Amino acid sequence: MKNSVGREIPRELIEQGWQPYQGKDAYNGTEFQKVGPKIKVADQGSEEKVLNSIEEAIRACGLKDGMTLSFHHHFRDGDYIVETVMREIVRLGFRDMKLACSSIGSAAPIVADCIETGVVTGLTTSGIRDRIGEAVSHGKLKDIAILRTHGGRIRAIEQGKIHIDVAFVGAPSCDAYGNASGKGGKSNCGSLSYAEIDVMYADQVVVITDTLVPFPNKPSHIEGIYVDYVVEVNEIGNPKKIASAAARMTTNPKDLMIAEDCVRVMRALPYFVDGFSFQTGVGGPSIATTIFLREHLKELGIKIGWIVGGVSTHMVNLMKEGLVGCIADVQDFDLGAIESLGTDPRHFDISVSEYANPFNKGAFINKLDFVILSALEIDTDFNVNVLTGSDGVLRGAAGGHPDTAACAKCCIIVTPLVRGRIPTVCDRVVTVTTAGDSIDVLVTDHGIAVNPLRQDLIKHLNAAGIEHVDIHTLRDKAYSIVGQPDDIQFEDRVVAIVEARDGTVMDVVRQVKPFSISED
Amino acid sequence: MRIEHKAMAGTLESSDVMVTVEPAEQGIQLSITSPVIRQFGRAIKQTALETMERLGVIDAKVTIVDQGALDCTLKARLESAVYRSVGITENIPWGRDNV
Amino acid sequence: MISTDRKNRLRRSMMFLSAQRPNLIRDSYLFAPDSLIFDLEDAVAENQKDSARFSLYHAIKNIDYHGVERLVRINALDTPHWQEDIRVSVAAGIDGIRIAKCESAQDVHTVETAVAAAEEEFGRPIGSVLLMAALESPLAVLNALEISKASPRMFGIALSGGDFRRCMRTTGKGGGVDMFTARGLMVLSARAAGVQCFDTVYTDLDDLEGFEKETQLIKHMGFDGKSIVNPRQIKIVHKVFAPSQEEIQEAERVMIAIRENAEKGIGIFQMDGKMLDIAFMEGAERTIALAKASGLYKGDL
Repeated sequence: MKNSVGREIPRELIEQGWQPYQGKDAYNGTEFQKVGPKIKVADQGSEEKVLNSIEEAIRACGLKDGMTLSFHHHFRDGDYIVETVMREIVRLGFRDMKLACSSIGSAAPIVADCIETGVVTGLTTSGIRDRIGEAVSHGKLKDIAILRTHGGRIRAIEQGKIHIDVAFVGAPSCDAYGNASGKGGKSNCGSLSYAEIDVMYADQVVVITDTLVPFPNKPSHIEGIYVDYVVEVNEIGNPKKIASAAARMTTNPKDLMIAEDCVRVMRALPYFVDGFSFQTGVGGPSIATTIFLREHLKELGIKIGWIVGGVSTHMVNLMKEGLVGCIADVQDFDLGAIESLGTDPRHFDISVSEYANPFNKGAFINKLDFVILSALEIDTDFNVNVLTGSDGVLRGAAGGHPDTAACAKCCIIVTPLVRGRIPTVCDRVVTVTTAGDSIDVLVTDHGIAVNPLRQDLIKHLNAAGIEHVDIHTLRDKAYSIVGQPDDIQFEDRVVAIVEARDGTVMDVVRQVKPFSISED
Repeated sequence: MRIEHKAMAGTLESSDVMVTVEPAEQGIQLSITSPVIRQFGRAIKQTALETMERLGVIDAKVTIVDQGALDCTLKARLESAVYRSVGITENIPWGRDNV
Repeated sequence: MISTDRKNRLRRSMMFLSAQRPNLIRDSYLFAPDSLIFDLEDAVAENQKDSARFSLYHAIKNIDYHGVERLVRINALDTPHWQEDIRVSVAAGIDGIRIAKCESAQDVHTVETAVAAAEEEFGRPIGSVLLMAALESPLAVLNALEISKASPRMFGIALSGGDFRRCMRTTGKGGGVDMFTARGLMVLSARAAGVQCFDTVYTDLDDLEGFEKETQLIKHMGFDGKSIVNPRQIKIVHKVFAPSQEEIQEAERVMIAIRENAEKGIGIFQMDGKMLDIAFMEGAERTIALAKASGLYKGDL
């Protein structure tokens, strides 16, 4: 059966109850019953939840083979939590564990080993890279991995599709009763939004910190009412890798050119009025876009109403200049953002459900005007891949990409037309992560293309004299530079399901075939 | 042309390719590594073999360490390495069969 | 036959790039400089000169530079490289050659002879490859006029500030006063010979303000453009050289008035109290051409 982006969904999956993706608005009107966690009521006589070691916490939780553990990714490449916990899991001889990560980066190579040895047999995450991506793509994981969007992960938790037995929550500071914060410690990360829903739905919650502070650690991002145990360790992470000094402004002239064109496009659209809302990431062109917005806002005498999502110093600076009303934060990329969160009342954190969950009563991004996103690949139907590399191996993150693209009034993809010898604009992306029905404009260093579904935007760009071309022209241009690429060869076996934010199947990722240049 | 001694051209910078040619006995022995081998390995091989044929190189060990080079860069590095291996740097027959 | 259109094309920004660097040669045209100068000289290490020529050859043969002029800076005439540099440039089909360290009319003639021989060898029309000269020493600057007039292929002369300052024993900290006479002499000579004149590079890439100031200075002195080393500088040069709306409107009215009067057989006439004749046409045309290149003129002229 094919879904609405033309991807074949294997019969076995349909038989298991998976539904094909049917478009970004197909779930409107859905009703469902939320699940709840099992609660072990606190011992009223005990004033502390502190245990001496992770091993003690694992034993106290009564961990068993086959259970599901959750982790957040706020410490990014500086994370020590996953590595520390999994080392204990291996040492204590557990098998068949399932991991439910908000994302997992290069910081935990032990997970790749665990996959190879069968200590870990199941995985759901939004991002997957390096050796872990290799292991899954080469068919080493026993179960099929499920790649979820940030919003879709919360939906899956609330629907009971992900049942978390134990959530291990790394926290920069925590008191002995479990009130935890992303600030106030040695390795601050700012908001802890990706853990906030996990702790509400996990049967048991263990906070791991390197900075134990007096009760009550308020304001807190994680409330003690959800926390079973607290463990103090020497280091929760490498502060240098958790937060850079400041997400660096690019000097790459191509990125700057793309960003300038992106802002020109934004300015030509009717959403670019006082009080508009905005989201972007920390890629080169994204930060440059944020910076270039300044002069346009000043020239027009308008300001951004609110910014949502991941936050960098550049956004905070705009707010300080009075050019942004407020920032709804789910992740902090640098020290400036971390410092500002909660210090300035206009800069507050929201949970990931409030940010992007498609199955609640209305998330922030439902009201978003502009989102600026990147792409590894985009095809002539505007489908975007941010998950698999040109070799077919998992090495990216869906993150909030499909969520924000689906919701924003205007989603702009900023990317160079060609990276090395890889054409970004192509006939058919390796993996669809974000459906073309969610993507409105593509800005490359070789030109701009508008999704023909958005004739309204085309009219506005024409009126503003902004040149744009058919996306096929950009594909032809890309192929004329690098040559026509061969299709990547895969085995039949499905190693991962790319789940759309509503729980349907957007695409599947298959095991990569060993490659050799044949003698002919 | 007969490969006389080992010669290299190119760098390991992104978008470049490092080519090494060495004397060999039986035909062209090709070794290719590339981050885009699944999509362009076939094209790289074809360009390498065509270039050797055009230059009249019959026996050589050719090692290609690609960093995502375009075809025009690959040709340039291949030719540069071959001409270096025979010690010719001037009066190249530009635009003739052998370049 | 040498096309005057090709010689007189707009050259506000002439960007250097190493002919040996694949990531530069593949898409520098994207930043839309008026000319690209593929460098075989200083940007290429001595032991890579041969390799850079292969790189240049296949780049020019295979990459579509979208109408951006393609020039090559060859190695100086006292090196063993310049003759092969000329052969590969002509064979590849480049638009013109920038002669490094040109000291005299004789240097131009030397290059011209080699270029003509290469045109013959590679079957390109004789005279199709244009020349420009980089003046890098006090002697070269004093010979600016004879160099400018040395060949019908010559389209311009460019100051090369680094070497010039070394010769002059100045540091460049005087706000450009050390190059004032040289710039003045060069622009005078170029105009006298009917060729273009280009200013030197500005190497402090982070000082975009200083770069803009220097660009304004040389524009007011009468230079046609500037050599540049980074794409970020292109927009600034084009902005400085862009005519104002008043200048554009004035030029448009002058052109239309001269044409209409010419059709009526009138050669000299008054507009807004000023005497106008065909001599004003060239300036007005240049203003409109600049306006078009700057994206400021969408009219019919």
